[in-house]
Amino acid sequence: MVHWTAEEKQLITSTWAKVDVATIGVEALALLIVYPWTQRFFDSFGNLSSPTAITGNPTVRAHGKKVLTSFGDAIKNLDNIKKCFAQLSKLHCDKLHVDPENFRADSFSSLHCPLLGNTLIIILATHFGKEFTPACQAAWQKMVNAVAHVLGHEYH
Amino acid sequence: MVLSANDKTNVKTAFSKFGGHVEEYGGEALDRMFVTYPQTKTYFPHFDLSHGSAQVKAHGKKVAAALVEAVNHIDDIAGALSKLSDLHAQKLRVDPVNFKLLGHCFLVVVAIHHPAVLTPEVHASLDKFLCAVGTVLTAKYR
Repeated sequence: MVHWTAEEKQLITSTWAKVDVATIGVEALALLIVYPWTQRFFDSFGNLSSPTAITGNPTVRAHGKKVLTSFGDAIKNLDNIKKCFAQLSKLHCDKLHVDPENFRADSFSSLHCPLLGNTLIIILATHFGKEFTPACQAAWQKMVNAVAHVLGHEYH
Repeated sequence: MVLSANDKTNVKTAFSKFGGHVEEYGGEALDRMFVTYPQTKTYFPHFDLSHGSAQVKAHGKKVAAALVEAVNHIDDIAGALSKLSDLHAQKLRVDPVNFKLLGHCFLVVVAIHHPAVLTPEVHASLDKFLCAVGTVLTAKYR
């Protein structure tokens, strides 16, 4: 169970209020370009052959929107993300077979890179500029870590 | 992880756009790292780490200068940073995990100041470059 300070909640929710889920969603899935091995999970998504193909791919765009909408659900339920994401966690383990390393923002082992969480942080930074203060970044890192942890929780 | 010709071009182009500001970016990246990953402060017990600290800014310039050196010798980062690599192995002994934390914060700073530069492809190239620098700096650890 994550403890959020009032300031952290405020930083996260006020940033989120300005996020366009569809736009940021597709940019977050730019990780398919930055970390090409993640494409292994998206075989059914059609043309992922080039950066242009990926960002133009309607299935990628739709999925990006879905992923970001889920983040939005977590933000509305900051005090109980585990319950909010229990089903999603089972889905990622049992059906999607996604290595939880892919969600991590806190795991920086030499073999793995922090993936979706940190990519989202960088995209937020491009959109919010200096408004994305160090304190704001820190709150968001905590957020993406919490989501990553919860998504990996139901793995067995 | 190997830097392709495209990666090298992307990195050089990006750094040319940062220009003289890159020194500030080093300091900002450190500042962000200390706030976001407080455990990294343990390597600087001798520093004033408060926001705006002159010591952090000075250290940021050093970090940035090393990155620029690596960019200018991008075909031989190991050679260019060999002394720094020795220093980190023998004296500083910063846990390897922390280079990725700083690299990530540097990318966030770039994203803030140059959002248009950070296309997915350039993001990938810069990320690879920063990983390569981290790898070189820890190469002699054991």
